[in-house]
Amino acid sequence: MATAAGTTTKWSRHRRLSLSRLGRGAVPYALVAPVVGVMGAILGYPIYSLVRISLQRYGLFELIRHHGVYIGLHNFGTVLHDSVFWHTLLRTLVFAAANVALTLVIGTLIALLLVRLSTWVRLLVTGGLVLVWSTPPVVAVQVWNWMTNVQNGVVNYILTELHVGNYFQHNWYTTSFSQLAMVTTLIVWGALPFVAITVYAALSQVPQELVEAAEIDGARSWRVFLDVTLPVITPVILILTSLSILWDFGVFTQPYLLIGQAHVTTGNYLMGIYLFEEGYVRADFGRGAAISILMLVIVAALSVVYVRRMIKIGEVT
Amino acid sequence: MNARRAHRAGWNVVGIALFAVTVFPVFWMISTAFKTNDQINALTPTWFPLHPTLQHFRDALNKPFFWTDVKNSLVVVLVTVGIAMVLAFLAAVALSKYRFTGRKLFIILVIGVQMLPGAGLIIPLYVVLARFHEVNTLTGVILVYLTGALPFSVWTLRGFILGIPKELEEAAMVDGSTRFGAFARILLPLVAPGLVATSVFAFITSWNEYIFARVLLNDGSKQTVTVWLSYFLGTSRQTDWGALMAASTLTAVPVVVFFLLIQRRIAFGLTAGAVRG
Repeated sequence: MATAAGTTTKWSRHRRLSLSRLGRGAVPYALVAPVVGVMGAILGYPIYSLVRISLQRYGLFELIRHHGVYIGLHNFGTVLHDSVFWHTLLRTLVFAAANVALTLVIGTLIALLLVRLSTWVRLLVTGGLVLVWSTPPVVAVQVWNWMTNVQNGVVNYILTELHVGNYFQHNWYTTSFSQLAMVTTLIVWGALPFVAITVYAALSQVPQELVEAAEIDGARSWRVFLDVTLPVITPVILILTSLSILWDFGVFTQPYLLIGQAHVTTGNYLMGIYLFEEGYVRADFGRGAAISILMLVIVAALSVVYVRRMIKIGEVT
Repeated sequence: MNARRAHRAGWNVVGIALFAVTVFPVFWMISTAFKTNDQINALTPTWFPLHPTLQHFRDALNKPFFWTDVKNSLVVVLVTVGIAMVLAFLAAVALSKYRFTGRKLFIILVIGVQMLPGAGLIIPLYVVLARFHEVNTLTGVILVYLTGALPFSVWTLRGFILGIPKELEEAAMVDGSTRFGAFARILLPLVAPGLVATSVFAFITSWNEYIFARVLLNDGSKQTVTVWLSYFLGTSRQTDWGALMAASTLTAVPVVVFFLLIQRRIAFGLTAGAVRG
Protein backbone atom coordinates (compact mmCIF):
# COMPACT_ATOMS: atom_id res chain seq x y z
CA MET A 1 0.00 0.00 0.00
CA ALA A 2 2.72 2.46 1.06
CA THR A 3 4.77 2.02 -2.14
CA ALA A 4 1.68 2.27 -4.27
CA ALA A 5 0.72 5.50 -2.53
CA GLY A 6 4.21 6.90 -3.17
CA THR A 7 3.90 6.65 -6.94
CA THR A 8 0.34 7.87 -7.23
CA THR A 9 -0.55 9.87 -10.30
CA LYS A 10 -3.84 11.67 -10.61
CA TRP A 11 -5.27 8.95 -12.78
CA SER A 12 -4.24 6.05 -10.59
CA ARG A 13 -5.47 7.80 -7.43
CA HIS A 14 -8.83 8.15 -9.02
CA ARG A 15 -8.80 4.53 -10.02
CA ARG A 16 -7.65 3.40 -6.60
CA LEU A 17 -10.44 5.33 -4.92
CA SER A 18 -13.12 3.73 -7.00
CA LEU A 19 -11.53 0.34 -6.43
CA SER A 20 -11.51 0.89 -2.70
CA ARG A 21 -15.10 2.05 -2.87
CA LEU A 22 -15.90 -1.11 -4.73
CA GLY A 23 -13.92 -3.00 -2.10
CA ARG A 24 -15.89 -1.39 0.69
CA GLY A 25 -19.13 -2.38 -1.02
CA ALA A 26 -17.94 -5.97 -1.08
CA VAL A 27 -17.17 -6.04 2.66
CA PRO A 28 -20.67 -7.02 3.89
CA TYR A 29 -20.88 -9.75 1.26
CA ALA A 30 -17.51 -11.11 2.33
CA LEU A 31 -18.72 -11.08 5.93
CA VAL A 32 -21.93 -13.00 5.28
CA ALA A 33 -20.41 -15.33 2.69
CA PRO A 34 -19.15 -17.99 5.15
CA VAL A 35 -22.53 -18.32 6.87
CA VAL A 36 -24.37 -18.38 3.55
CA GLY A 37 -21.95 -20.96 2.16
CA VAL A 38 -22.13 -23.26 5.16
CA MET A 39 -25.91 -22.97 5.48
CA GLY A 40 -26.31 -23.63 1.78
CA ALA A 41 -24.24 -26.79 2.04
CA ILE A 42 -25.68 -28.19 5.26
CA LEU A 43 -29.27 -27.03 4.91
CA GLY A 44 -29.95 -25.78 1.40
CA TYR A 45 -28.67 -28.92 -0.27
CA PRO A 46 -30.55 -31.28 2.10
CA ILE A 47 -33.78 -29.35 1.48
CA TYR A 48 -33.23 -29.71 -2.25
CA SER A 49 -32.68 -33.44 -1.67
CA LEU A 50 -35.83 -33.53 0.44
CA VAL A 51 -37.92 -32.38 -2.50
CA ARG A 52 -36.21 -34.88 -4.82
CA ILE A 53 -36.56 -37.83 -2.44
CA SER A 54 -40.23 -37.04 -1.84
CA LEU A 55 -40.80 -37.77 -5.54
CA GLN A 56 -38.91 -41.06 -5.40
CA ARG A 57 -39.21 -44.53 -4.04
CA TYR A 58 -36.37 -44.32 -1.54
CA GLY A 59 -35.98 -47.15 0.97
CA LEU A 60 -32.98 -48.91 2.53
CA PHE A 61 -31.93 -50.41 -0.83
CA GLU A 62 -31.99 -46.99 -2.49
CA LEU A 63 -30.19 -45.49 0.52
CA ILE A 64 -27.28 -47.87 0.01
CA ARG A 65 -27.21 -47.25 -3.76
CA HIS A 66 -27.62 -43.51 -3.12
CA HIS A 67 -30.16 -43.47 -5.88
CA GLY A 68 -33.95 -43.41 -5.77
CA VAL A 69 -36.55 -44.34 -8.38
CA TYR A 70 -38.75 -41.50 -9.62
CA ILE A 71 -42.43 -42.16 -8.91
CA GLY A 72 -43.96 -38.69 -9.23
CA LEU A 73 -46.42 -37.57 -6.58
CA HIS A 74 -47.14 -41.12 -5.41
CA ASN A 75 -45.75 -40.53 -1.88
CA PHE A 76 -47.89 -37.44 -1.40
CA GLY A 77 -50.90 -39.33 -2.70
CA THR A 78 -50.57 -42.18 -0.22
CA VAL A 79 -49.90 -39.83 2.69
CA LEU A 80 -52.86 -37.59 1.89
CA HIS A 81 -55.11 -40.64 1.53
CA ASP A 82 -53.88 -42.05 4.83
CA SER A 83 -56.40 -41.40 7.60
CA VAL A 84 -53.55 -41.69 10.12
CA PHE A 85 -52.03 -38.53 8.64
CA TRP A 86 -55.22 -36.51 9.05
CA HIS A 87 -55.88 -37.84 12.55
CA THR A 88 -52.30 -37.07 13.54
CA LEU A 89 -52.51 -33.58 12.08
CA LEU A 90 -55.73 -32.84 13.94
CA ARG A 91 -54.39 -34.33 17.18
CA THR A 92 -51.18 -32.31 16.89
CA LEU A 93 -53.07 -29.07 16.26
CA VAL A 94 -55.33 -29.65 19.28
CA PHE A 95 -52.36 -30.70 21.38
CA ALA A 96 -50.34 -27.62 20.37
CA ALA A 97 -53.30 -25.31 20.99
CA ALA A 98 -53.84 -26.73 24.47
CA ASN A 99 -50.16 -26.49 25.35
CA VAL A 100 -49.81 -22.96 24.03
CA ALA A 101 -52.94 -21.76 25.83
CA LEU A 102 -51.88 -23.30 29.14
CA THR A 103 -48.31 -22.02 28.85
CA LEU A 104 -49.31 -18.48 27.94
CA VAL A 105 -52.11 -18.12 30.51
CA ILE A 106 -50.18 -19.61 33.43
CA GLY A 107 -46.97 -17.84 32.38
CA THR A 108 -48.71 -14.46 32.26
CA LEU A 109 -50.34 -15.11 35.64
CA ILE A 110 -46.92 -15.89 37.13
CA ALA A 111 -45.52 -12.68 35.62
CA LEU A 112 -48.37 -10.67 37.15
CA LEU A 113 -47.70 -12.38 40.47
CA LEU A 114 -43.98 -11.55 40.29
CA VAL A 115 -44.81 -7.84 40.15
CA ARG A 116 -46.74 -8.11 43.41
CA LEU A 117 -44.09 -9.97 45.41
CA SER A 118 -41.55 -8.68 47.92
CA THR A 119 -38.07 -8.55 46.43
CA TRP A 120 -36.72 -11.62 48.22
CA VAL A 121 -39.69 -13.80 47.25
CA ARG A 122 -39.42 -12.55 43.68
CA LEU A 123 -35.75 -13.51 43.57
CA LEU A 124 -36.65 -16.92 45.01
CA VAL A 125 -39.36 -17.53 42.41
CA THR A 126 -37.29 -16.30 39.44
CA GLY A 127 -34.36 -18.38 40.69
CA GLY A 128 -36.63 -21.43 40.71
CA LEU A 129 -37.90 -20.58 37.23
CA VAL A 130 -34.35 -20.33 35.89
CA LEU A 131 -33.56 -23.71 37.42
CA VAL A 132 -36.56 -25.22 35.64
CA TRP A 133 -35.68 -23.42 32.41
CA SER A 134 -32.20 -24.91 32.43
CA THR A 135 -33.29 -28.51 33.00
CA PRO A 136 -32.52 -30.50 29.81
CA PRO A 137 -35.68 -32.04 28.28
CA VAL A 138 -34.30 -35.58 28.38
CA VAL A 139 -33.53 -35.16 32.09
CA ALA A 140 -37.02 -33.77 32.73
CA VAL A 141 -38.54 -36.80 31.00
CA GLN A 142 -36.65 -39.18 33.29
CA VAL A 143 -37.72 -37.22 36.37
CA TRP A 144 -41.35 -37.39 35.16
CA ASN A 145 -40.98 -41.15 34.65
CA TRP A 146 -39.82 -41.49 38.23
CA MET A 147 -42.36 -39.12 39.76
CA THR A 148 -45.32 -40.77 38.03
CA ASN A 149 -44.29 -44.43 38.11
CA VAL A 150 -47.07 -46.86 38.97
CA GLN A 151 -45.35 -48.59 41.89
CA ASN A 152 -44.58 -45.69 44.20
CA GLY A 153 -44.62 -42.46 42.20
CA VAL A 154 -44.51 -39.44 44.47
CA VAL A 155 -47.30 -37.71 42.52
CA ASN A 156 -49.73 -40.48 43.43
CA TYR A 157 -48.62 -40.27 47.06
CA ILE A 158 -49.08 -36.49 47.28
CA LEU A 159 -52.48 -36.52 45.55
CA THR A 160 -53.70 -39.26 47.89
CA GLU A 161 -52.37 -37.46 50.97
CA LEU A 162 -54.07 -34.23 49.86
CA HIS A 163 -57.34 -36.20 49.59
CA VAL A 164 -57.73 -35.36 45.93
CA GLY A 165 -58.74 -38.99 45.54
CA ASN A 166 -57.30 -42.46 45.88
CA TYR A 167 -54.33 -42.49 43.57
CA PHE A 168 -52.56 -45.47 45.12
CA GLN A 169 -50.63 -47.13 42.27
CA HIS A 170 -52.59 -45.11 39.73
CA ASN A 171 -51.31 -45.56 36.17
CA TRP A 172 -51.08 -42.21 34.38
CA TYR A 173 -50.34 -43.71 30.99
CA THR A 174 -53.33 -45.95 30.25
CA THR A 175 -55.07 -44.02 27.46
CA SER A 176 -53.79 -41.89 24.58
CA PHE A 177 -55.45 -38.91 26.19
CA SER A 178 -53.78 -39.41 29.57
CA GLN A 179 -50.42 -40.03 27.91
CA LEU A 180 -50.65 -36.78 25.98
CA ALA A 181 -51.94 -34.99 29.07
CA MET A 182 -48.80 -36.08 30.93
CA VAL A 183 -46.68 -34.84 28.02
CA THR A 184 -48.54 -31.55 28.31
CA THR A 185 -47.67 -31.19 32.01
CA LEU A 186 -44.04 -31.83 31.12
CA ILE A 187 -43.97 -29.34 28.24
CA VAL A 188 -45.89 -26.61 30.06
CA TRP A 189 -43.63 -26.97 33.11
CA GLY A 190 -40.56 -26.61 30.93
CA ALA A 191 -41.91 -23.70 28.87
CA LEU A 192 -43.36 -21.61 31.71
CA PRO A 193 -40.10 -19.94 32.82
CA PHE A 194 -39.35 -18.44 29.41
CA VAL A 195 -42.89 -17.06 29.09
CA ALA A 196 -43.14 -15.84 32.68
CA ILE A 197 -39.77 -14.08 32.69
CA THR A 198 -40.30 -12.51 29.28
CA VAL A 199 -43.77 -11.22 30.15
CA TYR A 200 -42.42 -9.97 33.47
CA ALA A 201 -39.77 -7.99 31.59
CA ALA A 202 -42.50 -6.55 29.36
CA LEU A 203 -44.58 -5.62 32.41
CA SER A 204 -41.79 -3.35 33.61
CA GLN A 205 -42.54 -1.23 30.51
CA VAL A 206 -46.05 -0.50 31.76
CA PRO A 207 -46.12 3.12 32.98
CA GLN A 208 -46.84 3.05 36.72
CA GLU A 209 -48.42 6.53 36.66
CA LEU A 210 -51.11 5.22 34.34
CA VAL A 211 -51.86 2.26 36.59
CA GLU A 212 -52.05 4.49 39.66
CA ALA A 213 -54.18 7.08 37.89
CA ALA A 214 -56.59 4.36 36.83
CA GLU A 215 -56.72 3.02 40.39
CA ILE A 216 -57.38 6.48 41.81
CA ASP A 217 -60.18 6.89 39.31
CA GLY A 218 -61.66 3.79 40.93
CA ALA A 219 -61.00 1.29 38.15
CA ARG A 220 -61.13 -2.32 39.28
CA SER A 221 -57.88 -4.24 38.95
CA TRP A 222 -59.37 -6.36 36.16
CA ARG A 223 -60.16 -3.23 34.13
CA VAL A 224 -56.70 -1.81 34.86
CA PHE A 225 -55.22 -5.01 33.48
CA LEU A 226 -57.39 -4.96 30.35
CA ASP A 227 -57.08 -1.26 29.54
CA VAL A 228 -53.62 -0.31 30.75
CA THR A 229 -51.41 -3.37 31.16
CA LEU A 230 -52.56 -5.64 28.35
CA PRO A 231 -52.05 -3.17 25.46
CA VAL A 232 -48.42 -2.70 26.52
CA ILE A 233 -47.58 -6.40 26.74
CA THR A 234 -49.62 -7.52 23.70
CA PRO A 235 -46.70 -7.41 21.22
CA VAL A 236 -44.61 -9.64 23.49
CA ILE A 237 -47.52 -12.01 24.04
CA LEU A 238 -48.00 -12.25 20.28
CA ILE A 239 -44.36 -13.19 19.70
CA LEU A 240 -44.45 -15.72 22.54
CA THR A 241 -47.66 -17.24 21.21
CA SER A 242 -46.35 -17.74 17.69
CA LEU A 243 -43.05 -19.14 18.98
CA SER A 244 -44.88 -21.54 21.29
CA ILE A 245 -47.19 -22.70 18.49
CA LEU A 246 -44.18 -23.58 16.36
CA TRP A 247 -42.33 -25.35 19.15
CA ASP A 248 -45.32 -27.32 20.38
CA PHE A 249 -46.40 -28.30 16.87
CA GLY A 250 -42.99 -29.75 16.06
CA VAL A 251 -42.29 -31.26 19.48
CA PHE A 252 -40.61 -34.68 19.51
CA THR A 253 -38.30 -35.41 22.43
CA GLN A 254 -40.81 -35.13 25.28
CA PRO A 255 -43.71 -37.16 23.82
CA TYR A 256 -41.41 -39.75 22.24
CA LEU A 257 -39.47 -40.44 25.42
CA LEU A 258 -42.24 -39.98 27.99
CA ILE A 259 -44.77 -42.17 26.17
CA GLY A 260 -41.87 -44.48 25.35
CA GLN A 261 -40.77 -45.93 22.04
CA ALA A 262 -42.59 -49.19 22.79
CA HIS A 263 -45.87 -47.39 23.43
CA VAL A 264 -46.11 -44.90 20.57
CA THR A 265 -48.97 -46.03 18.34
CA THR A 266 -51.08 -44.55 15.59
CA GLY A 267 -53.52 -43.69 18.40
CA ASN A 268 -51.18 -41.24 20.13
CA TYR A 269 -48.94 -40.05 17.28
CA LEU A 270 -47.95 -36.41 17.14
CA MET A 271 -46.66 -35.04 13.83
CA GLY A 272 -42.97 -35.33 14.71
CA ILE A 273 -43.35 -38.92 15.92
CA TYR A 274 -45.50 -39.93 12.94
CA LEU A 275 -42.80 -38.65 10.61
CA PHE A 276 -40.04 -40.37 12.61
CA GLU A 277 -41.83 -43.73 12.67
CA GLU A 278 -43.05 -43.73 9.06
CA GLY A 279 -39.91 -42.30 7.50
CA TYR A 280 -36.94 -43.25 9.63
CA VAL A 281 -37.90 -46.32 11.66
CA ARG A 282 -39.55 -48.06 8.69
CA ALA A 283 -36.78 -46.76 6.41
CA ASP A 284 -39.33 -45.43 3.90
CA PHE A 285 -37.46 -42.20 3.28
CA GLY A 286 -39.50 -41.19 0.22
CA ARG A 287 -42.74 -41.27 2.17
CA GLY A 288 -40.99 -39.64 5.15
CA ALA A 289 -39.80 -36.85 2.87
CA ALA A 290 -43.35 -36.25 1.64
CA ILE A 291 -44.58 -36.03 5.25
CA SER A 292 -41.68 -33.69 6.09
CA ILE A 293 -42.63 -31.34 3.26
CA LEU A 294 -46.27 -31.29 4.32
CA MET A 295 -45.18 -30.60 7.90
CA LEU A 296 -42.78 -27.82 6.85
CA VAL A 297 -45.50 -26.19 4.74
CA ILE A 298 -47.88 -26.19 7.73
CA VAL A 299 -45.17 -24.75 9.98
CA ALA A 300 -44.35 -22.08 7.41
CA ALA A 301 -48.01 -21.07 7.36
CA LEU A 302 -48.09 -20.97 11.16
CA SER A 303 -44.93 -18.89 11.40
CA VAL A 304 -45.85 -16.12 8.94
CA VAL A 305 -46.97 -13.77 11.72
CA TYR A 306 -43.81 -14.21 13.74
CA VAL A 307 -41.38 -14.02 10.85
CA ARG A 308 -42.97 -10.87 9.45
CA ARG A 309 -42.75 -9.16 12.81
CA MET A 310 -39.11 -10.13 13.27
CA ILE A 311 -38.20 -8.97 9.76
CA LYS A 312 -39.70 -5.59 10.57
CA ILE A 313 -37.46 -5.42 13.65
CA GLY A 314 -34.46 -6.47 11.58
CA GLU A 315 -35.11 -3.87 8.91
CA VAL A 316 -35.65 -0.90 11.17
CA THR A 317 -32.52 -1.40 13.24
CA MET B 1 -50.88 0.95 54.47
CA ASN B 2 -51.50 -2.04 56.71
CA ALA B 3 -54.05 -3.47 54.31
CA ARG B 4 -51.51 -3.14 51.52
CA ARG B 5 -48.88 -4.93 53.59
CA ALA B 6 -51.33 -7.75 54.35
CA HIS B 7 -52.05 -7.94 50.65
CA ARG B 8 -48.37 -8.30 49.85
CA ALA B 9 -47.93 -10.99 52.50
CA GLY B 10 -50.78 -12.92 50.87
CA TRP B 11 -49.11 -12.72 47.45
CA ASN B 12 -45.82 -13.76 49.01
CA VAL B 13 -47.44 -16.93 50.32
CA VAL B 14 -48.73 -17.67 46.83
CA GLY B 15 -45.25 -16.99 45.47
CA ILE B 16 -43.59 -19.39 47.88
CA ALA B 17 -46.16 -22.07 47.07
CA LEU B 18 -45.48 -21.53 43.37
CA PHE B 19 -41.75 -21.83 43.99
CA ALA B 20 -42.28 -25.12 45.82
CA VAL B 21 -44.38 -26.60 43.00
CA THR B 22 -42.13 -25.50 40.13
CA VAL B 23 -38.88 -26.54 41.74
CA PHE B 24 -40.21 -29.81 43.17
CA PRO B 25 -39.25 -32.06 40.21
CA VAL B 26 -35.65 -30.80 40.30
CA PHE B 27 -35.54 -31.19 44.07
CA TRP B 28 -36.98 -34.69 43.80
CA MET B 29 -34.38 -35.69 41.25
CA ILE B 30 -31.45 -34.53 43.40
CA SER B 31 -32.93 -35.86 46.61
CA THR B 32 -33.58 -39.29 45.06
CA ALA B 33 -30.05 -39.48 43.72
CA PHE B 34 -28.72 -39.44 47.31
CA LYS B 35 -31.21 -41.86 48.89
CA THR B 36 -30.65 -45.50 49.73
CA ASN B 37 -32.51 -48.08 47.65
CA ASP B 38 -34.73 -48.92 50.61
CA GLN B 39 -35.87 -45.33 50.85
CA ILE B 40 -36.38 -45.11 47.09
CA ASN B 41 -38.45 -48.28 46.82
CA ALA B 42 -40.57 -47.68 49.93
CA LEU B 43 -44.26 -46.88 49.44
CA THR B 44 -43.97 -43.88 51.76
CA PRO B 45 -41.50 -41.38 50.32
CA THR B 46 -38.54 -39.99 52.21
CA TRP B 47 -38.37 -36.24 51.54
CA PHE B 48 -34.79 -35.53 52.59
CA PRO B 49 -32.00 -38.12 52.50
CA LEU B 50 -30.56 -37.52 55.96
CA HIS B 51 -27.85 -40.13 55.41
CA PRO B 52 -26.91 -39.43 51.82
CA THR B 53 -25.20 -42.12 49.79
CA LEU B 54 -23.00 -41.63 46.74
CA GLN B 55 -23.57 -45.19 45.56
CA HIS B 56 -25.96 -44.16 42.76
CA PHE B 57 -23.44 -41.72 41.33
CA ARG B 58 -20.82 -44.46 41.36
CA ASP B 59 -23.26 -46.82 39.60
CA ALA B 60 -24.13 -44.20 36.99
CA LEU B 61 -20.49 -43.34 36.30
CA ASN B 62 -19.63 -47.01 35.92
CA LYS B 63 -22.35 -47.64 33.34
CA PRO B 64 -20.86 -48.44 29.95
CA PHE B 65 -19.99 -45.46 27.78
CA PHE B 66 -20.76 -42.69 30.29
CA TRP B 67 -17.38 -41.01 30.04
CA THR B 68 -17.06 -41.73 26.30
CA ASP B 69 -20.43 -40.18 25.65
CA VAL B 70 -19.71 -37.16 27.84
CA LYS B 71 -16.53 -36.69 25.83
CA ASN B 72 -18.51 -37.03 22.58
CA SER B 73 -20.98 -34.42 23.77
CA LEU B 74 -18.16 -32.06 24.68
CA VAL B 75 -16.41 -32.50 21.33
CA VAL B 76 -19.62 -31.97 19.36
CA VAL B 77 -20.71 -28.98 21.39
CA LEU B 78 -17.34 -27.20 21.54
CA VAL B 79 -16.63 -27.58 17.83
CA THR B 80 -20.16 -26.49 16.94
CA VAL B 81 -19.99 -23.43 19.17
CA GLY B 82 -16.48 -22.52 18.03
CA ILE B 83 -17.33 -22.56 14.33
CA ALA B 84 -20.73 -20.95 14.87
CA MET B 85 -19.30 -18.03 16.87
CA VAL B 86 -16.61 -17.09 14.34
CA LEU B 87 -18.84 -17.32 11.27
CA ALA B 88 -21.93 -15.84 12.92
CA PHE B 89 -20.01 -12.91 14.34
CA LEU B 90 -18.82 -11.87 10.87
CA ALA B 91 -22.35 -12.06 9.49
CA ALA B 92 -23.73 -10.20 12.50
CA VAL B 93 -21.27 -7.36 11.90
CA ALA B 94 -22.44 -7.17 8.29
CA LEU B 95 -26.09 -7.05 9.37
CA SER B 96 -25.66 -4.39 12.01
CA LYS B 97 -23.04 -2.14 10.38
CA TYR B 98 -23.80 -2.26 6.66
CA ARG B 99 -26.75 -1.80 4.37
CA PHE B 100 -26.48 -3.96 1.29
CA THR B 101 -28.65 -5.45 -1.43
CA GLY B 102 -29.88 -8.84 -0.30
CA ARG B 103 -29.80 -7.87 3.36
CA LYS B 104 -33.54 -8.37 3.70
CA LEU B 105 -33.37 -11.77 2.06
CA PHE B 106 -30.57 -12.76 4.42
CA ILE B 107 -32.62 -11.67 7.45
CA ILE B 108 -35.61 -13.65 6.18
CA LEU B 109 -33.43 -16.75 5.83
CA VAL B 110 -31.84 -16.34 9.25
CA ILE B 111 -35.22 -16.03 10.96
CA GLY B 112 -37.07 -18.51 8.76
CA VAL B 113 -34.49 -21.26 9.21
CA GLN B 114 -34.86 -21.06 12.99
CA MET B 115 -38.56 -21.77 12.60
CA LEU B 116 -38.00 -25.12 10.88
CA PRO B 117 -38.90 -27.94 13.26
CA GLY B 118 -36.02 -30.35 13.85
CA ALA B 119 -38.29 -33.34 13.30
CA GLY B 120 -39.09 -32.14 9.78
CA LEU B 121 -35.43 -32.21 8.84
CA ILE B 122 -34.36 -35.64 10.07
CA ILE B 123 -35.12 -37.40 6.78
CA PRO B 124 -33.19 -35.11 4.40
CA LEU B 125 -30.24 -34.64 6.77
CA TYR B 126 -30.03 -38.38 7.40
CA VAL B 127 -30.17 -39.26 3.72
CA VAL B 128 -27.66 -36.60 2.67
CA LEU B 129 -25.22 -37.48 5.46
CA ALA B 130 -25.57 -41.16 4.56
CA ARG B 131 -24.61 -40.28 0.99
CA PHE B 132 -21.38 -38.71 2.28
CA HIS B 133 -20.78 -41.53 4.79
CA GLU B 134 -21.17 -39.17 7.74
CA VAL B 135 -23.84 -41.20 9.54
CA ASN B 136 -22.61 -42.48 12.90
CA THR B 137 -19.81 -39.89 12.97
CA LEU B 138 -19.50 -36.87 15.23
CA THR B 139 -18.74 -34.72 12.15
CA GLY B 140 -22.22 -35.39 10.84
CA VAL B 141 -23.80 -34.33 14.12
CA ILE B 142 -21.67 -31.18 14.26
CA LEU B 143 -22.81 -30.20 10.76
CA VAL B 144 -26.43 -30.73 11.75
CA TYR B 145 -26.07 -28.72 14.95
CA LEU B 146 -24.56 -25.86 12.94
CA THR B 147 -27.83 -25.55 11.02
CA GLY B 148 -29.42 -24.46 14.29
CA ALA B 149 -26.52 -22.71 16.01
CA LEU B 150 -25.53 -20.47 13.08
CA PRO B 151 -28.80 -18.61 12.46
CA PHE B 152 -29.51 -18.31 16.17
CA SER B 153 -26.06 -16.85 16.83
CA VAL B 154 -26.22 -14.45 13.89
CA TRP B 155 -29.50 -13.03 15.11
CA THR B 156 -28.53 -12.79 18.78
CA LEU B 157 -25.07 -11.31 18.13
CA ARG B 158 -26.64 -8.76 15.80
CA GLY B 159 -28.73 -7.61 18.78
CA PHE B 160 -25.67 -7.34 21.01
CA ILE B 161 -23.70 -5.35 18.43
CA LEU B 162 -26.60 -2.96 17.91
CA GLY B 163 -26.63 -2.41 21.67
CA ILE B 164 -23.23 -0.71 21.47
CA PRO B 165 -23.44 3.04 20.90
CA LYS B 166 -22.24 4.00 17.39
CA GLU B 167 -20.64 7.17 18.76
CA LEU B 168 -17.88 5.19 20.50
CA GLU B 169 -16.66 3.70 17.25
CA GLU B 170 -17.05 6.96 15.38
CA ALA B 171 -15.06 8.80 18.05
CA ALA B 172 -12.23 6.32 17.66
CA MET B 173 -12.26 6.80 13.90
CA VAL B 174 -12.25 10.57 14.25
CA ASP B 175 -9.23 10.17 16.52
CA GLY B 176 -7.43 8.54 13.58
CA SER B 177 -8.26 4.91 14.11
CA THR B 178 -8.87 2.81 11.04
CA ARG B 179 -12.17 1.04 10.73
CA PHE B 180 -10.49 -2.22 11.68
CA GLY B 181 -8.67 -0.55 14.61
CA ALA B 182 -11.93 0.84 15.92
CA PHE B 183 -13.45 -2.56 15.49
CA ALA B 184 -10.70 -4.42 17.33
CA ARG B 185 -10.19 -1.93 20.17
CA ILE B 186 -13.73 -0.62 20.72
CA LEU B 187 -16.33 -3.02 19.33
CA LEU B 188 -14.75 -6.35 20.20
CA PRO B 189 -14.22 -5.77 23.94
CA LEU B 190 -17.70 -4.30 24.29
CA VAL B 191 -19.38 -7.15 22.48
CA ALA B 192 -17.38 -9.83 24.35
CA PRO B 193 -20.05 -10.39 27.02
CA GLY B 194 -22.60 -10.85 24.24
CA LEU B 195 -20.29 -13.36 22.55
CA VAL B 196 -19.97 -15.29 25.80
CA ALA B 197 -23.71 -15.28 26.41
CA THR B 198 -24.51 -16.38 22.87
CA SER B 199 -21.91 -19.14 22.86
CA VAL B 200 -23.08 -20.46 26.22
CA PHE B 201 -26.63 -20.54 24.97
CA ALA B 202 -25.55 -22.34 21.81
CA PHE B 203 -23.60 -24.70 24.07
CA ILE B 204 -26.70 -25.49 26.11
CA THR B 205 -28.98 -26.06 23.10
CA SER B 206 -26.45 -28.42 21.52
CA TRP B 207 -25.79 -30.25 24.79
CA ASN B 208 -29.55 -30.79 25.27
CA GLU B 209 -30.27 -31.84 21.69
CA TYR B 210 -31.76 -35.29 21.36
CA ILE B 211 -33.50 -36.19 18.11
CA PHE B 212 -30.61 -35.76 15.65
CA ALA B 213 -28.13 -37.46 17.94
CA ARG B 214 -30.60 -40.33 18.31
CA VAL B 215 -31.10 -40.64 14.55
CA LEU B 216 -27.51 -40.15 13.42
CA LEU B 217 -25.49 -42.00 16.06
CA ASN B 218 -26.17 -45.66 16.66
CA ASP B 219 -23.03 -46.96 18.38
CA GLY B 220 -22.98 -46.77 22.18
CA SER B 221 -19.43 -45.46 21.96
CA LYS B 222 -20.38 -42.72 19.48
CA GLN B 223 -23.46 -41.36 21.22
CA THR B 224 -23.97 -38.10 23.08
CA VAL B 225 -24.88 -37.94 26.73
CA THR B 226 -28.59 -37.18 26.16
CA VAL B 227 -28.96 -40.34 24.06
CA TRP B 228 -27.01 -42.26 26.70
CA LEU B 229 -29.44 -41.00 29.35
CA SER B 230 -32.50 -41.85 27.24
CA TYR B 231 -31.31 -45.47 26.94
CA PHE B 232 -30.38 -45.63 30.61
CA LEU B 233 -33.38 -47.65 31.73
CA GLY B 234 -32.54 -50.36 29.23
CA THR B 235 -34.70 -53.43 29.27
CA SER B 236 -34.21 -54.57 32.86
CA ARG B 237 -37.35 -55.23 34.83
CA GLN B 238 -36.41 -53.61 38.11
CA THR B 239 -35.81 -49.93 37.42
CA ASP B 240 -32.73 -48.52 39.14
CA TRP B 241 -34.33 -45.14 39.93
CA GLY B 242 -31.47 -44.02 42.16
CA ALA B 243 -28.86 -44.45 39.45
CA LEU B 244 -31.20 -42.93 36.86
CA MET B 245 -31.67 -39.81 38.98
CA ALA B 246 -27.94 -39.60 39.68
CA ALA B 247 -27.27 -39.84 35.94
CA SER B 248 -29.94 -37.21 35.24
CA THR B 249 -28.36 -34.89 37.78
CA LEU B 250 -24.94 -35.35 36.19
CA THR B 251 -26.35 -34.59 32.72
CA ALA B 252 -28.09 -31.45 33.95
CA VAL B 253 -25.25 -29.99 36.01
CA PRO B 254 -23.16 -28.39 33.23
CA VAL B 255 -26.26 -26.86 31.68
CA VAL B 256 -27.61 -25.48 34.94
CA VAL B 257 -24.28 -23.96 35.93
CA PHE B 258 -23.83 -22.26 32.55
CA PHE B 259 -27.41 -21.16 32.43
CA LEU B 260 -27.28 -19.47 35.81
CA LEU B 261 -24.20 -17.56 34.62
CA ILE B 262 -25.76 -16.06 31.51
CA GLN B 263 -29.48 -16.06 32.19
CA ARG B 264 -29.80 -12.29 32.62
CA ARG B 265 -28.09 -11.43 29.37
CA ILE B 266 -29.79 -14.00 27.21
CA ALA B 267 -33.35 -13.20 28.26
CA PHE B 268 -32.95 -10.12 26.10
CA GLY B 269 -31.42 -11.98 23.20
CA LEU B 270 -34.18 -14.56 23.24
CA THR B 271 -37.00 -12.15 22.78
CA ALA B 272 -35.12 -10.44 19.98
CA GLY B 273 -34.43 -13.74 18.24
CA ALA B 274 -35.47 -17.28 18.75
CA VAL B 275 -34.02 -20.71 19.28
CA ARG B 276 -35.20 -23.80 17.57
CA GLY B 277 -37.01 -25.79 20.20
